[in-house]
Amino acid sequence: MSEQRPNNNSRLVIKLMAVVLGMFGFGFALVPLYDVFCDITGINGKTNPYAATYDVQDVDTSRTIMVEFITRTNTGMPWEFEARTKRIAVHPGELKTVQFYARNPTTRDIVGQAIPSVSPGTAALYLNKTECFCFNQQPLQAGQDVLMPMQFYVDPQIPEDIEVFTLSYTLYDVTGTSSTVAMNRG
Amino acid sequence: MSNAAEHLHHDEHHDHKPAGIMRWLNTTNHKDIGTLYLWFAFIMFLIGGAMAMVIRAELFQPGLQLVDPNFFNQMTTVHGLIMVFGAVMPAFTGLANWMVPLMIGAPDMALPRMNNWSFWILPFAFLILLSSLFLEGGGPNFGWTFYAPLSTTYSNDSTALFVFSVHIMGASSIMGAINVIVTIFNMRAPGMTWMKMPLFVWTWLITAFLLIAVMPVLAGAVTMVLTDKFFGTSFFDAAGGGDPVLFQHIFWFFGHPEVYIMILPAFGIISQIVPTFSRKPLFGYASMVYATASIALLSFIVWAHHMFTTGMPVAAELFFMFATMLISVPTGVKVFNWVATMWRGAISFEIPMLFALAFIVLFTIGGFSGLMLAITPVDFQYHDTYFVVAHFHYVLVTGAIFSIMAAVYYWLPKWCGKMYDETLAKWHFWCSLISVNLLFFPMHFVGLAGMPRRIPDYALQFADFNKWISIGGFAFGLSQLIFLALLIKASRKQGEPATDQVWEGAQGLEWEIPSPAPYHTFETPPMVK
Repeated sequence: MSEQRPNNNSRLVIKLMAVVLGMFGFGFALVPLYDVFCDITGINGKTNPYAATYDVQDVDTSRTIMVEFITRTNTGMPWEFEARTKRIAVHPGELKTVQFYARNPTTRDIVGQAIPSVSPGTAALYLNKTECFCFNQQPLQAGQDVLMPMQFYVDPQIPEDIEVFTLSYTLYDVTGTSSTVAMNRG
Repeated sequence: MSNAAEHLHHDEHHDHKPAGIMRWLNTTNHKDIGTLYLWFAFIMFLIGGAMAMVIRAELFQPGLQLVDPNFFNQMTTVHGLIMVFGAVMPAFTGLANWMVPLMIGAPDMALPRMNNWSFWILPFAFLILLSSLFLEGGGPNFGWTFYAPLSTTYSNDSTALFVFSVHIMGASSIMGAINVIVTIFNMRAPGMTWMKMPLFVWTWLITAFLLIAVMPVLAGAVTMVLTDKFFGTSFFDAAGGGDPVLFQHIFWFFGHPEVYIMILPAFGIISQIVPTFSRKPLFGYASMVYATASIALLSFIVWAHHMFTTGMPVAAELFFMFATMLISVPTGVKVFNWVATMWRGAISFEIPMLFALAFIVLFTIGGFSGLMLAITPVDFQYHDTYFVVAHFHYVLVTGAIFSIMAAVYYWLPKWCGKMYDETLAKWHFWCSLISVNLLFFPMHFVGLAGMPRRIPDYALQFADFNKWISIGGFAFGLSQLIFLALLIKASRKQGEPATDQVWEGAQGLEWEIPSPAPYHTFETPPMVK
C-alpha cells in the first residue's frame, strides 16, 4: 500500500495538471468561441465584416424599417466624422446608399478604422452591407477630407418586432499599428 | 537508498526541527507551512486594511482632501487584490494545510515539497504588486477586476508587474489546490470513507476543484491583457477586431467561481464549529455535501449576472437571473441545517461559536442583498453603487473573514497548546461585530440612493452616512489590533493549558492528538470506525 502511494500521487498530479492546462487553453478558446457564438446569435451587435452580394428578388413593401446612423470618434482620434444621412426609412430587401463624411483637421497624416455596431444586437444578423468604408482602413492626409459611401439592404427575414435599429460607427486612430504598416507596404 | 536511511534516522528524533530562518525556508511540514500561510494572510489583511483606512479617510468628508484621485483608485484596486488573493485565499489554504491532514488522519500533505514552493512564491508575488505602487505613475488603478480597456489602453506600464504578480498568485493557488486534492484522495486513514470526512475537508476538496478549473482562466485573462497592452494583439480592442465585453465574460467566468472559492471553506468551518458548541451532530450531513457540490456546479453558469448592464439580450438576462437565484436554494439548505443543528442543542457561547453565529446572521444578510442584485431589472439601479460594495463586504468580511477568525479561535488551542486570552477575544469579537455593521450597513442606503463606487468624492447628501461609515471603518481596523495582540500572546505560548479535546463537544481525529499538536502526527494511520 505505502509502496504504491507515490505512484498514485504522481498519476493523480498528472491528471490534475492536465485539467489545469486544459482550462488555461479553454480561457483562450473562449475568444473564438465567443466570436462564433455572437456570429450565430448576433448578440454583441457586430455586423458581418465582409461585403454581401445583393440577390434579393422581391422587396417587402408592406414593412418599413427605420435605420438610424450614429457616429463617434474614439478618445484621441481628432477627425471630424459624421453621417450625412441621420436616419432613413427602408423596405426590407431594398438597396440603399448613405454617405458618411470624414475630415482630418490636423497637420499630420492619420489612418482611421471605423468599427460598426448595431443596436439591438439581433438586428445585426439582418443588416447586409454590399459596400462599406468600414471594410478597409481609411488613410487621410493632413487637412484632407472624404465622402465615404455605405450601401446596404435589410434582409426580408428580419423579425417582425424590429421596427427601428441603430447603426453606430466608432472611428479609431490606427496609425502605426502593425496591420497599418503591413497594408501600406502591400 | 541513502534517502530512506536518512528518513529512518530523521524519524527517530520525533520533534526535531532545524533552528532559525532555515526551518521556515526549507520546511515541508504541513503544520509549519500552515502557520506560514496564516501569518502571511494576517499581515496582508493588515496591509490591505491600511489601504481601506486610506479610502475611508478620503471619504470621511465630501470633496477631495487627502489623496489625489489616481492614488485613490490605486488604493481601491490594490485593497481588493490583496484582500482576495493575499488575505482570504492564503488564510483558507493555511487552515487546509494545518487541519486537512489532522482531520483525515494523514501524516502530512501528499506533496510536501510542492507545498513549500507554493507558499514561498507568494511573498514575491505581493512584493512585486506592492512595489509597483512606488513606481513613477503608480501601481494598478483600474479596479481589482481590471476591465479592458482600462487595463490595456488606459493603464500605465506597471500593468506588467500586476500581470506577473497575478500569474504567481495563480500558480501558488493551483499548486495548493492540487496538493489538497491529492492528499484527500490518497492519504485518508483506513476507514475514513468519503461520507465520513469532516465537512471542512469536503468543502475544501470541492473548492480545490474550483481552483484548478478557474485559476488557469484568470491566468489566460491577464496574459491577454499583457499581450494586448505590450505586444499589439487585439483580444479586447475593438479597433483591431476584438471586443472589450469579451474581457468581462472571461474575467467573470473566473470571477464567479472565485467568490465560491472564498466562501465554501467558510461553510465547512461553520459546519465544524456549530455542532461542537451545540453538542449535537451536524444536522443533514449528506445534504450539506450535496449542497456544496451544487453551489460549485451552479457557480459556472451564472457569471453574466455581473454584466447585466452590458446590453445582453433579455433571454440571456433572464437565464442568468434565474440561475443565480437557484444558488440560494442549496445555500438556504446550509443555513437551515446550521439552525437545525442548534435546535434544542446544549449551546454554549465560546468565542468561536460567537463568530460562527455572527457569520450565519450576517452572511445571510449578504446573501439577501445578493438576491436583490440578481434581479435584473433592479440591478440597473444598483449596478456599480455602494449597494454592491455593501453586499460583497457582508459576504466577504462578515462571511469569509469572520469564518477564518472563528476557525483561528477554534483551533488555536490545538496549534499552541494554550487557550487564547478570553478577555482580549471578547473585546475583539464585540468591537468587530459592532464596528463592522456600522461600517457596512449604511452602505446599503447610500448605494440605493445612488452613490457610485470607486469614486473619491460624493454628493453632499451622502455626507452624514459616509462619516459614520468611516468611523465604523476606523473602529473595525483598530479592533483587528486586539486580534494581533491576542495572536502574539498565543504564539508566545502564554495562557491556560488546553486539554487534548479542548472543547467539551468537539468530535473528530484532530481532537484525539495531544495539544499542542506534535510536530509529526499520525505516522501510523489511525483506524476510523
